[in-house]
Amino acid sequence: MTDDHGARHQIARSARTDNPNAQIATKLRALYLSVQEEAIPDRFLDLLEKLDAVERQSMPDIAE
Amino acid sequence: MSAGMTSEEPSFKREMLAALPSLRAFAMSLIGRHDRADDLVQDTIMKAWAKQDHFEMGTNMKAWLFTILRNELYSQMRKRGREVQDSDGYFTESLAQHPAQYGSLDLQDFKRALETLPPDQREAIILVGASGFSYEEAAEICGCALGTIKSRVNRARQRLQDILQVTGENEYGPDAISAPITSRAFIS
Repeated sequence: MTDDHGARHQIARSARTDNPNAQIATKLRALYLSVQEEAIPDRFLDLLEKLDAVERQSMPDIAE
Repeated sequence: MSAGMTSEEPSFKREMLAALPSLRAFAMSLIGRHDRADDLVQDTIMKAWAKQDHFEMGTNMKAWLFTILRNELYSQMRKRGREVQDSDGYFTESLAQHPAQYGSLDLQDFKRALETLPPDQREAIILVGASGFSYEEAAEICGCALGTIKSRVNRARQRLQDILQVTGENEYGPDAISAPITSRAFIS
């Protein structure tokens, strides 16, 4: 098994045995970054604009 | 903070915008579904905006928002009486969302492992290991003692290690441990 399947195995194996915590930390960050690096959805930009506009027009009175 | 609302307002909004990507990632890691995570982020924005007089400019906006989001999530859970995430949606959605992402198979396994953690351990390891908070900040966000956060993170790590070791062997096929068993099966 000298293909990249084997290499992948080896990498995964050494990461796992040498420092399992490092492997977990890397994956946790990768997962987190996959969302963090997405563009901020328009719905939030619109919402902030609206909140801002409302507050400029009237006294802040949107607390529940 | 009482005076100067008009000059503080834009920078409050700016700081909030800057923290949003990480806030979404936090919500997503807790809930596991984009639609529900974003609903929670929206609720958090509304709450935070209404409470902006309580925020001191120059202090940690990200930690403040994370605290609000977390409180909001747990109060909604209490009201609705349901779990943090629904397991089916968690995995199914993510497969559809990022099929071509590099290392996605690996990440899916990890995501599934993360999902099996108790919620308090999951949020602890996310805050410290991914959101970039110190143990002290994480303890403050979760409203618990420093020692509690440390022990939750340790238990989370241990559990993830255990799970990933098992799934790793399965994913990569026969190896030094399982190969002898496989060949024995062929002989008999």
